[in-house]
Amino acid sequence: MFSTEITLKVVKPVVFILCLLPAMMLVYGFLTHNLGADPIQLMLKETGEWALRLLLATLAVTPIRHIFGWSSLIRIRRMLGLFSFFYALLHITIYITFDQSLDIVEIINDIFKRPFITIGVMSFLLMLPLALTSSNYAIRYLTGKKWKQLHQLVYLVGIGAVIHFLWLAQSKAYITEPLIYMTILAMLLLVRHPPIMQKLKR
Amino acid sequence: MLIKSPSDIKPSEITSESDYKNRRQFLQQMGKVAAATAITLGTTTQLTACQGATNTGMDLPEKYRDYPDITRHALSTKEKLTDYDSITSYCNFYEFGTSKSAPSFYSILMQTRPWTVEVEGEVEKPLTLNIEDILRRFALQEYVYRLRCVEGWSMVIPWVGFPLADLIKYCKPTSNAKYVHFVSLHNPEQMIGQKRDVLDWPYEEGLRIDEATHPLTIMSVGMYGNELLNQNGAPIRLVVPWKYGFKSIKSVVKLRFTEKQPVSTWTKSAEDEYGFYANVNPEVDHPRWSQGKERRIGEYFKRKTLLFNGYADQVASLYSGMDLHKHF
Repeated sequence: MFSTEITLKVVKPVVFILCLLPAMMLVYGFLTHNLGADPIQLMLKETGEWALRLLLATLAVTPIRHIFGWSSLIRIRRMLGLFSFFYALLHITIYITFDQSLDIVEIINDIFKRPFITIGVMSFLLMLPLALTSSNYAIRYLTGKKWKQLHQLVYLVGIGAVIHFLWLAQSKAYITEPLIYMTILAMLLLVRHPPIMQKLKR
Repeated sequence: MLIKSPSDIKPSEITSESDYKNRRQFLQQMGKVAAATAITLGTTTQLTACQGATNTGMDLPEKYRDYPDITRHALSTKEKLTDYDSITSYCNFYEFGTSKSAPSFYSILMQTRPWTVEVEGEVEKPLTLNIEDILRRFALQEYVYRLRCVEGWSMVIPWVGFPLADLIKYCKPTSNAKYVHFVSLHNPEQMIGQKRDVLDWPYEEGLRIDEATHPLTIMSVGMYGNELLNQNGAPIRLVVPWKYGFKSIKSVVKLRFTEKQPVSTWTKSAEDEYGFYANVNPEVDHPRWSQGKERRIGEYFKRKTLLFNGYADQVASLYSGMDLHKHF
Protein backbone atom coordinates (compact mmCIF):
# COMPACT_ATOMS: atom_id res chain seq x y z
CA MET A 1 0.00 0.00 0.00
CA PHE A 2 2.12 2.95 1.22
CA SER A 3 5.89 2.88 1.14
CA THR A 4 7.91 3.04 4.35
CA GLU A 5 8.90 6.57 3.43
CA ILE A 6 5.31 7.79 3.12
CA THR A 7 4.32 5.98 6.30
CA LEU A 8 7.11 7.67 8.23
CA LYS A 9 7.05 11.11 6.64
CA VAL A 10 3.34 11.62 6.08
CA VAL A 11 1.16 9.11 7.90
CA LYS A 12 3.06 9.15 11.17
CA PRO A 13 3.05 12.93 11.75
CA VAL A 14 -0.60 13.17 10.72
CA VAL A 15 -1.56 10.37 13.12
CA PHE A 16 0.54 12.03 15.83
CA ILE A 17 -1.41 15.27 15.53
CA LEU A 18 -4.75 13.46 15.37
CA CYS A 19 -3.90 11.54 18.54
CA LEU A 20 -3.00 14.74 20.32
CA LEU A 21 -6.09 16.65 19.20
CA PRO A 22 -8.60 15.25 21.74
CA ALA A 23 -6.27 16.16 24.61
CA MET A 24 -5.70 19.61 23.19
CA MET A 25 -9.42 20.15 22.75
CA LEU A 26 -10.05 19.10 26.33
CA VAL A 27 -7.37 21.43 27.70
CA TYR A 28 -8.61 24.30 25.55
CA GLY A 29 -12.24 23.59 26.45
CA PHE A 30 -11.35 23.43 30.12
CA LEU A 31 -9.42 26.69 30.10
CA THR A 32 -12.22 28.48 28.25
CA HIS A 33 -14.95 27.00 30.50
CA ASN A 34 -16.45 25.23 27.57
CA LEU A 35 -16.87 21.63 28.66
CA GLY A 36 -20.46 21.84 29.85
CA ALA A 37 -21.80 21.83 33.38
CA ASP A 38 -19.51 19.11 34.75
CA PRO A 39 -16.13 19.50 33.00
CA ILE A 40 -14.30 17.03 35.24
CA GLN A 41 -16.80 14.28 34.51
CA LEU A 42 -16.55 15.02 30.80
CA MET A 43 -12.74 14.89 30.85
CA LEU A 44 -12.84 11.65 32.83
CA LYS A 45 -15.15 10.05 30.27
CA GLU A 46 -13.33 11.40 27.22
CA THR A 47 -9.82 10.45 28.33
CA GLY A 48 -11.05 6.95 29.20
CA GLU A 49 -12.73 6.49 25.87
CA TRP A 50 -9.73 7.79 23.93
CA ALA A 51 -7.45 5.41 25.81
CA LEU A 52 -9.71 2.55 24.72
CA ARG A 53 -10.09 3.77 21.14
CA LEU A 54 -6.34 4.11 20.72
CA LEU A 55 -5.75 0.72 22.29
CA LEU A 56 -8.08 -0.78 19.70
CA ALA A 57 -6.26 1.20 17.00
CA THR A 58 -2.98 -0.29 18.24
CA LEU A 59 -4.47 -3.76 18.03
CA ALA A 60 -5.73 -3.03 14.52
CA VAL A 61 -2.23 -2.42 13.17
CA THR A 62 -1.28 -6.08 12.69
CA PRO A 63 -4.50 -7.12 10.91
CA ILE A 64 -4.34 -4.04 8.65
CA ARG A 65 -0.74 -4.80 7.76
CA HIS A 66 -1.62 -8.29 6.68
CA ILE A 67 -4.94 -7.63 5.02
CA PHE A 68 -3.85 -4.60 3.04
CA GLY A 69 -0.23 -5.56 2.66
CA TRP A 70 0.79 -2.28 4.34
CA SER A 71 3.69 -3.71 6.28
CA SER A 72 5.33 -0.37 7.10
CA LEU A 73 2.33 0.50 9.26
CA ILE A 74 4.22 -1.28 12.05
CA ARG A 75 6.28 1.91 12.31
CA ILE A 76 3.39 3.80 13.94
CA ARG A 77 2.18 1.04 16.30
CA ARG A 78 4.38 2.05 19.22
CA MET A 79 3.17 5.62 18.95
CA LEU A 80 -0.50 4.52 19.04
CA GLY A 81 0.15 2.30 22.06
CA LEU A 82 1.93 5.11 23.90
CA PHE A 83 -0.88 7.53 23.14
CA SER A 84 -3.36 5.00 24.55
CA PHE A 85 -1.22 4.87 27.69
CA PHE A 86 -1.06 8.67 27.76
CA TYR A 87 -4.88 8.94 27.79
CA ALA A 88 -5.18 6.14 30.35
CA LEU A 89 -2.69 8.03 32.54
CA LEU A 90 -4.73 11.23 32.19
CA HIS A 91 -7.90 9.25 32.96
CA ILE A 92 -6.59 7.73 36.18
CA THR A 93 -4.95 11.02 37.21
CA ILE A 94 -8.27 12.84 36.92
CA TYR A 95 -9.93 10.10 38.97
CA ILE A 96 -7.27 10.21 41.69
CA THR A 97 -7.07 14.00 41.82
CA PHE A 98 -10.59 15.30 41.34
CA ASP A 99 -12.85 12.36 42.17
CA GLN A 100 -10.83 11.18 45.18
CA SER A 101 -8.98 14.37 46.17
CA LEU A 102 -5.70 12.34 46.39
CA ASP A 103 -7.03 10.44 49.40
CA ILE A 104 -5.07 7.17 49.32
CA VAL A 105 -7.32 5.39 51.83
CA GLU A 106 -10.44 6.27 49.85
CA ILE A 107 -8.81 5.14 46.62
CA ILE A 108 -7.79 1.77 48.07
CA ASN A 109 -11.27 1.29 49.51
CA ASP A 110 -12.77 2.10 46.15
CA ILE A 111 -10.48 -0.37 44.35
CA PHE A 112 -11.55 -3.17 46.68
CA LYS A 113 -15.19 -2.23 46.82
CA ARG A 114 -16.12 -1.66 43.21
CA PRO A 115 -15.36 -4.32 40.60
CA PHE A 116 -15.31 -1.87 37.71
CA ILE A 117 -12.66 0.22 39.47
CA THR A 118 -10.68 -2.92 40.35
CA ILE A 119 -10.49 -4.06 36.74
CA GLY A 120 -9.84 -0.54 35.48
CA VAL A 121 -6.88 -0.09 37.81
CA MET A 122 -5.59 -3.57 36.95
CA SER A 123 -5.73 -2.80 33.24
CA PHE A 124 -3.82 0.41 33.81
CA LEU A 125 -1.16 -1.36 35.90
CA LEU A 126 -0.73 -3.94 33.13
CA MET A 127 -0.07 -1.10 30.71
CA LEU A 128 2.84 0.19 32.81
CA PRO A 129 5.40 -2.53 31.92
CA LEU A 130 4.41 -2.20 28.28
CA ALA A 131 4.95 1.55 28.24
CA LEU A 132 8.21 1.22 30.18
CA THR A 133 9.63 -1.36 27.75
CA SER A 134 8.65 0.46 24.61
CA SER A 135 12.04 2.00 23.88
CA ASN A 136 14.43 0.58 21.29
CA TYR A 137 16.87 -0.05 24.10
CA ALA A 138 14.34 -2.15 26.03
CA ILE A 139 13.46 -4.16 22.95
CA ARG A 140 17.14 -4.97 22.38
CA TYR A 141 17.76 -5.64 26.05
CA LEU A 142 14.84 -8.06 26.41
CA THR A 143 15.56 -9.64 23.01
CA GLY A 144 12.70 -10.05 20.55
CA LYS A 145 11.11 -13.16 21.97
CA LYS A 146 10.83 -12.09 25.59
CA TRP A 147 9.69 -8.63 24.56
CA LYS A 148 6.99 -10.14 22.38
CA GLN A 149 5.76 -12.39 25.17
CA LEU A 150 5.61 -9.49 27.60
CA HIS A 151 3.71 -7.33 25.15
CA GLN A 152 1.06 -9.97 24.66
CA LEU A 153 -0.28 -8.51 27.91
CA VAL A 154 -1.91 -5.94 25.67
CA TYR A 155 -4.71 -8.42 24.97
CA LEU A 156 -5.49 -8.60 28.69
CA VAL A 157 -5.41 -4.79 28.89
CA GLY A 158 -7.94 -4.61 26.05
CA ILE A 159 -10.27 -7.16 27.61
CA GLY A 160 -9.94 -5.47 31.02
CA ALA A 161 -10.65 -2.03 29.59
CA VAL A 162 -13.78 -3.21 27.79
CA ILE A 163 -15.06 -4.96 30.94
CA HIS A 164 -14.32 -1.77 32.93
CA PHE A 165 -16.55 0.18 30.55
CA LEU A 166 -19.26 -2.52 30.42
CA TRP A 167 -19.52 -2.73 34.20
CA LEU A 168 -19.64 1.04 34.53
CA ALA A 169 -22.51 1.30 32.06
CA GLN A 170 -24.45 -1.81 32.96
CA SER A 171 -27.92 -0.33 32.57
CA LYS A 172 -29.82 -0.58 29.31
CA ALA A 173 -29.53 3.15 28.72
CA TYR A 174 -25.75 3.30 28.48
CA ILE A 175 -24.74 -0.16 27.30
CA THR A 176 -24.60 0.53 23.54
CA GLU A 177 -21.20 2.24 23.45
CA PRO A 178 -19.30 -0.36 25.47
CA LEU A 179 -20.96 -3.11 23.42
CA ILE A 180 -19.60 -1.51 20.25
CA TYR A 181 -16.08 -1.47 21.69
CA MET A 182 -16.53 -5.06 22.84
CA THR A 183 -17.49 -6.13 19.33
CA ILE A 184 -14.51 -4.35 17.77
CA LEU A 185 -12.16 -5.91 20.32
CA ALA A 186 -13.64 -9.37 19.69
CA MET A 187 -13.11 -8.93 15.95
CA LEU A 188 -9.53 -7.76 16.44
CA LEU A 189 -8.77 -10.78 18.61
CA LEU A 190 -10.56 -13.22 16.33
CA VAL A 191 -8.74 -12.04 13.25
CA ARG A 192 -5.47 -13.09 14.91
CA HIS A 193 -6.59 -16.69 14.87
CA PRO A 194 -4.11 -18.24 12.36
CA PRO A 195 -6.64 -19.91 9.99
CA ILE A 196 -8.65 -16.69 9.72
CA MET A 197 -5.52 -14.59 9.28
CA GLN A 198 -4.31 -16.95 6.53
CA LYS A 199 -7.54 -16.48 4.59
CA LEU A 200 -7.42 -12.68 4.87
CA LYS A 201 -3.73 -12.34 4.01
CA ARG A 202 -2.81 -10.85 0.69
CA MET B 1 -48.85 43.23 51.63
CA LEU B 2 -45.74 41.06 51.70
CA ILE B 3 -42.83 42.37 53.69
CA LYS B 4 -39.46 41.15 52.58
CA SER B 5 -36.68 40.56 55.04
CA PRO B 6 -33.50 42.59 54.37
CA SER B 7 -31.55 39.43 53.46
CA ASP B 8 -34.00 38.83 50.68
CA ILE B 9 -31.77 39.89 47.80
CA LYS B 10 -33.34 39.12 44.49
CA PRO B 11 -31.04 36.65 42.74
CA SER B 12 -31.70 38.51 39.48
CA GLU B 13 -29.48 41.21 40.86
CA ILE B 14 -26.48 38.94 41.11
CA THR B 15 -25.51 38.23 37.51
CA SER B 16 -26.40 40.82 34.94
CA GLU B 17 -28.21 39.64 31.88
CA SER B 18 -25.56 40.94 29.50
CA ASP B 19 -22.90 38.89 31.28
CA TYR B 20 -24.61 35.62 30.78
CA LYS B 21 -25.72 36.51 27.25
CA ASN B 22 -22.12 37.24 26.29
CA ARG B 23 -21.12 33.92 27.70
CA ARG B 24 -23.81 32.19 25.69
CA GLN B 25 -22.65 33.81 22.46
CA PHE B 26 -19.13 32.74 23.17
CA LEU B 27 -20.25 29.21 23.94
CA GLN B 28 -22.14 29.05 20.69
CA GLN B 29 -19.08 30.05 18.71
CA MET B 30 -16.99 27.53 20.59
CA GLY B 31 -19.57 24.85 19.91
CA LYS B 32 -19.22 25.47 16.20
CA VAL B 33 -15.43 25.25 16.33
CA ALA B 34 -15.67 22.01 18.28
CA ALA B 35 -18.23 20.56 15.90
CA ALA B 36 -16.08 21.42 12.89
CA THR B 37 -13.06 19.79 14.50
CA ALA B 38 -15.03 16.69 15.34
CA ILE B 39 -16.22 16.36 11.77
CA THR B 40 -12.62 16.55 10.57
CA LEU B 41 -11.77 13.83 13.03
CA GLY B 42 -14.67 11.81 11.76
CA THR B 43 -15.78 11.02 15.26
CA THR B 44 -18.91 11.68 17.20
CA THR B 45 -17.56 12.26 20.64
CA GLN B 46 -19.48 13.04 23.76
CA LEU B 47 -17.33 16.15 23.91
CA THR B 48 -19.18 17.82 21.08
CA ALA B 49 -22.53 16.47 22.19
CA CYS B 50 -22.01 18.12 25.52
CA GLN B 51 -20.72 21.35 24.11
CA GLY B 52 -23.79 21.33 21.94
CA ALA B 53 -25.81 21.47 25.11
CA THR B 54 -25.07 25.13 25.43
CA ASN B 55 -25.38 25.55 21.71
CA THR B 56 -29.01 24.67 21.23
CA GLY B 57 -29.84 28.08 19.89
CA MET B 58 -32.40 28.04 22.67
CA ASP B 59 -32.44 31.44 24.28
CA LEU B 60 -33.04 31.28 27.97
CA PRO B 61 -35.68 33.73 29.15
CA GLU B 62 -34.37 36.52 31.28
CA LYS B 63 -34.31 35.44 34.90
CA TYR B 64 -37.28 36.49 37.07
CA ARG B 65 -39.31 37.52 34.04
CA ASP B 66 -42.45 35.51 34.91
CA TYR B 67 -42.36 35.89 38.70
CA PRO B 68 -40.44 39.14 39.29
CA ASP B 69 -41.65 39.66 42.86
CA ILE B 70 -41.60 36.13 44.17
CA THR B 71 -40.68 35.88 47.84
CA ARG B 72 -38.20 33.38 49.14
CA HIS B 73 -39.44 30.70 51.53
CA ALA B 74 -37.71 30.45 54.90
CA LEU B 75 -36.65 26.83 54.26
CA SER B 76 -34.40 28.05 51.44
CA THR B 77 -30.67 27.47 51.61
CA LYS B 78 -28.35 30.47 51.39
CA GLU B 79 -25.78 28.57 49.34
CA LYS B 80 -24.60 29.90 45.99
CA LEU B 81 -27.06 29.13 43.23
CA THR B 82 -26.02 26.86 40.38
CA ASP B 83 -26.03 28.91 37.21
CA TYR B 84 -29.06 29.00 34.98
CA ASP B 85 -27.17 27.62 31.97
CA SER B 86 -26.11 24.51 33.85
CA ILE B 87 -29.54 23.80 35.31
CA THR B 88 -31.15 24.07 31.89
CA SER B 89 -28.50 22.22 29.85
CA TYR B 90 -27.42 19.40 32.18
CA CYS B 91 -30.53 17.33 32.75
CA ASN B 92 -31.48 13.74 33.37
CA PHE B 93 -34.82 13.38 31.62
CA TYR B 94 -34.71 10.06 29.79
CA GLU B 95 -38.03 10.80 28.11
CA PHE B 96 -35.96 12.98 25.79
CA GLY B 97 -32.84 10.82 25.59
CA THR B 98 -30.25 9.46 27.95
CA SER B 99 -27.53 12.07 27.52
CA LYS B 100 -27.42 15.14 29.73
CA SER B 101 -27.79 17.46 26.77
CA ALA B 102 -30.61 15.67 24.92
CA PRO B 103 -33.47 17.14 27.01
CA SER B 104 -32.47 20.72 26.19
CA PHE B 105 -32.71 19.85 22.48
CA TYR B 106 -35.65 17.51 22.21
CA SER B 107 -38.00 18.73 24.96
CA ILE B 108 -39.04 21.51 22.59
CA LEU B 109 -41.46 18.97 21.10
CA MET B 110 -43.42 18.64 24.34
CA GLN B 111 -46.77 20.50 24.50
CA THR B 112 -47.39 21.84 27.98
CA ARG B 113 -50.70 23.59 27.22
CA PRO B 114 -53.40 22.46 27.63
CA TRP B 115 -52.26 20.37 30.59
CA THR B 116 -54.30 18.59 33.20
CA VAL B 117 -53.45 16.64 36.32
CA GLU B 118 -55.78 13.77 37.12
CA VAL B 119 -56.42 12.99 40.78
CA GLU B 120 -57.77 9.53 41.52
CA GLY B 121 -57.70 6.58 43.92
CA GLU B 122 -58.37 7.04 47.62
CA VAL B 123 -59.99 10.48 47.38
CA GLU B 124 -63.50 11.64 48.20
CA LYS B 125 -64.08 12.46 44.55
CA PRO B 126 -61.74 12.05 41.54
CA LEU B 127 -60.68 15.40 40.07
CA THR B 128 -59.17 16.81 36.94
CA LEU B 129 -57.08 19.88 37.64
CA ASN B 130 -56.21 22.30 34.92
CA ILE B 131 -52.69 23.73 35.07
CA GLU B 132 -54.14 27.27 35.01
CA ASP B 133 -56.34 26.42 38.00
CA ILE B 134 -53.35 25.05 39.84
CA LEU B 135 -51.31 28.19 39.16
CA ARG B 136 -54.16 30.37 40.35
CA ARG B 137 -55.21 28.37 43.38
CA PHE B 138 -51.94 27.78 45.21
CA ALA B 139 -49.65 30.44 46.65
CA LEU B 140 -46.30 30.35 44.90
CA GLN B 141 -43.00 31.04 46.61
CA GLU B 142 -39.35 30.54 45.81
CA TYR B 143 -37.72 27.50 47.44
CA VAL B 144 -33.94 27.32 47.07
CA TYR B 145 -33.05 23.67 47.55
CA ARG B 146 -30.04 21.48 47.11
CA LEU B 147 -30.58 18.76 44.52
CA ARG B 148 -28.44 15.64 44.81
CA CYS B 149 -28.43 13.29 41.83
CA VAL B 150 -27.93 9.59 42.52
CA GLU B 151 -25.06 9.75 39.99
CA GLY B 152 -22.95 11.80 42.38
CA TRP B 153 -23.42 15.43 41.38
CA SER B 154 -25.47 18.20 42.93
CA MET B 155 -26.89 21.64 42.28
CA VAL B 156 -28.57 24.47 44.19
CA ILE B 157 -31.80 25.37 42.44
CA PRO B 158 -34.23 28.24 43.07
CA TRP B 159 -37.55 26.53 42.41
CA VAL B 160 -40.87 28.32 42.17
CA GLY B 161 -43.63 26.24 43.66
CA PHE B 162 -46.07 25.48 46.42
CA PRO B 163 -46.24 22.82 49.14
CA LEU B 164 -47.55 19.48 47.90
CA ALA B 165 -49.44 19.43 51.21
CA ASP B 166 -51.65 22.25 49.89
CA LEU B 167 -52.55 20.25 46.81
CA ILE B 168 -53.16 17.09 48.84
CA LYS B 169 -55.47 18.98 51.18
CA TYR B 170 -57.41 20.23 48.19
CA CYS B 171 -57.71 16.66 46.81
CA LYS B 172 -59.42 15.46 50.02
CA PRO B 173 -57.82 12.01 50.34
CA THR B 174 -59.65 9.36 52.37
CA SER B 175 -58.18 7.79 55.50
CA ASN B 176 -57.08 4.84 53.34
CA ALA B 177 -54.63 7.04 51.47
CA LYS B 178 -51.21 5.91 52.72
CA TYR B 179 -49.19 6.75 49.63
CA VAL B 180 -49.21 9.14 46.71
CA HIS B 181 -48.41 7.64 43.34
CA PHE B 182 -47.27 10.07 40.61
CA VAL B 183 -47.32 9.47 36.86
CA SER B 184 -45.48 11.44 34.15
CA LEU B 185 -46.64 12.19 30.64
CA HIS B 186 -46.48 9.23 28.25
CA ASN B 187 -46.41 10.47 24.68
CA PRO B 188 -43.63 9.10 22.44
CA GLU B 189 -44.48 11.63 19.72
CA GLN B 190 -43.63 14.48 22.06
CA MET B 191 -41.12 12.61 24.19
CA ILE B 192 -38.92 10.92 21.64
CA GLY B 193 -36.83 9.16 24.26
CA GLN B 194 -39.90 7.05 25.00
CA LYS B 195 -39.46 5.38 21.61
CA ARG B 196 -36.62 3.43 23.23
CA ASP B 197 -37.57 1.14 26.08
CA VAL B 198 -34.68 2.16 28.35
CA LEU B 199 -37.27 2.43 31.13
CA ASP B 200 -40.79 1.08 31.51
CA TRP B 201 -42.80 4.14 30.39
CA PRO B 202 -44.54 6.14 31.71
CA TYR B 203 -42.20 7.24 34.49
CA GLU B 204 -43.81 6.67 37.87
CA GLU B 205 -42.87 7.62 41.40
CA GLY B 206 -44.31 7.44 44.86
CA LEU B 207 -44.11 8.94 48.33
CA ARG B 208 -45.44 7.94 51.69
CA ILE B 209 -48.23 10.35 52.65
CA ASP B 210 -46.18 11.83 55.52
CA GLU B 211 -43.30 12.45 53.13
CA ALA B 212 -45.67 13.98 50.61
CA THR B 213 -47.18 16.37 53.15
CA HIS B 214 -43.84 17.39 54.66
CA PRO B 215 -43.32 21.17 54.37
CA LEU B 216 -40.11 20.65 52.34
CA THR B 217 -41.95 18.72 49.63
CA ILE B 218 -43.17 21.00 46.87
CA MET B 219 -44.76 20.90 43.47
CA SER B 220 -42.64 23.15 41.30
CA VAL B 221 -43.95 25.16 38.37
CA GLY B 222 -40.96 27.41 37.89
CA MET B 223 -37.26 27.98 38.31
CA TYR B 224 -35.11 31.14 38.51
CA GLY B 225 -38.28 33.20 38.66
CA ASN B 226 -39.65 31.85 35.40
CA GLU B 227 -42.04 29.13 34.34
CA LEU B 228 -40.29 25.78 34.19
CA LEU B 229 -38.53 25.05 30.92
CA ASN B 230 -39.56 21.76 29.33
CA GLN B 231 -36.20 20.10 30.02
CA ASN B 232 -36.69 20.77 33.73
CA GLY B 233 -40.11 19.10 33.89
CA ALA B 234 -42.65 21.68 32.73
CA PRO B 235 -45.33 22.52 33.46
CA ILE B 236 -45.42 20.92 36.91
CA ARG B 237 -43.08 18.59 38.75
CA LEU B 238 -42.36 17.22 42.17
CA VAL B 239 -39.35 18.37 44.23
CA VAL B 240 -38.29 16.35 47.28
CA PRO B 241 -34.94 17.83 48.31
CA TRP B 242 -33.80 15.14 50.77
CA LYS B 243 -34.14 12.33 48.22
CA TYR B 244 -32.08 11.55 45.13
CA GLY B 245 -33.19 13.57 42.15
CA PHE B 246 -34.90 10.72 40.33
CA LYS B 247 -37.67 10.77 42.98
CA SER B 248 -38.61 14.30 41.90
CA ILE B 249 -40.78 13.22 38.98
CA LYS B 250 -41.19 15.68 36.10
CA SER B 251 -44.13 16.71 33.90
CA VAL B 252 -46.72 15.13 36.18
CA VAL B 253 -50.12 14.19 34.73
CA LYS B 254 -51.56 12.02 37.48
CA LEU B 255 -51.72 11.71 41.25
CA ARG B 256 -53.19 8.51 42.61
CA PHE B 257 -53.76 8.08 46.34
CA THR B 258 -53.23 4.45 47.31
CA GLU B 259 -53.22 2.16 50.29
CA LYS B 260 -50.35 0.07 48.94
CA GLN B 261 -46.82 1.25 48.29
CA PRO B 262 -46.38 2.16 44.63
CA VAL B 263 -43.40 0.83 42.66
CA SER B 264 -41.08 3.48 41.24
CA THR B 265 -39.91 3.19 37.65
CA TRP B 266 -36.26 3.00 38.68
CA THR B 267 -37.02 0.35 41.27
CA LYS B 268 -38.71 -1.68 38.55
CA SER B 269 -35.64 -1.22 36.39
CA ALA B 270 -33.05 -2.26 39.01
CA GLU B 271 -34.43 -2.99 42.46
CA ASP B 272 -31.01 -3.69 44.00
CA GLU B 273 -29.82 -0.23 42.93
CA TYR B 274 -32.82 2.06 43.44
CA GLY B 275 -35.15 1.61 46.40
CA PHE B 276 -38.51 3.16 47.15
CA TYR B 277 -37.18 5.64 49.69
CA ALA B 278 -34.05 6.80 47.83
CA ASN B 279 -33.13 9.11 50.71
CA VAL B 280 -29.76 10.77 50.20
CA ASN B 281 -27.42 8.82 52.46
CA PRO B 282 -23.60 8.88 52.32
CA GLU B 283 -23.51 5.63 54.31
CA VAL B 284 -25.47 3.59 51.81
CA ASP B 285 -23.50 3.20 48.61
CA HIS B 286 -24.92 2.59 45.20
CA PRO B 287 -23.64 -0.84 44.09
CA ARG B 288 -21.46 0.72 41.41
CA TRP B 289 -20.29 3.95 42.99
CA SER B 290 -19.83 5.63 46.34
CA GLN B 291 -22.51 7.96 47.65
CA GLY B 292 -20.10 9.45 50.16
CA LYS B 293 -19.20 12.42 47.98
CA GLU B 294 -20.69 14.57 45.31
CA ARG B 295 -19.50 17.14 42.81
CA ARG B 296 -21.38 20.40 43.12
CA ILE B 297 -21.88 21.58 39.55
CA GLY B 298 -19.55 24.55 39.07
CA GLU B 299 -16.87 23.07 41.33
CA TYR B 300 -13.95 20.78 40.47
CA PHE B 301 -13.35 18.77 43.63
CA LYS B 302 -15.97 16.66 45.32
CA ARG B 303 -17.54 17.57 48.64
CA LYS B 304 -18.98 15.33 51.34
CA THR B 305 -22.57 14.26 50.89
CA LEU B 306 -24.77 14.97 53.90
CA LEU B 307 -27.36 12.62 55.38
CA PHE B 308 -30.77 13.43 53.90
CA ASN B 309 -28.94 15.91 51.67
CA GLY B 310 -28.46 18.23 54.67
CA TYR B 311 -32.16 18.19 55.63
CA ALA B 312 -31.76 15.69 58.48
CA ASP B 313 -33.02 18.16 61.09
CA GLN B 314 -36.30 18.47 59.25
CA VAL B 315 -36.87 14.92 58.00
CA ALA B 316 -34.90 12.37 60.04
CA SER B 317 -37.90 11.86 62.35
CA LEU B 318 -39.92 10.50 59.42
CA TYR B 319 -37.67 7.46 59.42
CA SER B 320 -37.00 6.90 63.11
CA GLY B 321 -36.64 3.21 63.90
CA MET B 322 -36.17 2.28 60.25
CA ASP B 323 -33.07 0.48 59.01
CA LEU B 324 -31.94 2.89 56.30
CA HIS B 325 -29.56 0.28 54.85
CA LYS B 326 -32.51 -2.00 54.25
CA HIS B 327 -35.03 0.66 53.25
CA PHE B 328 -32.67 2.47 50.89
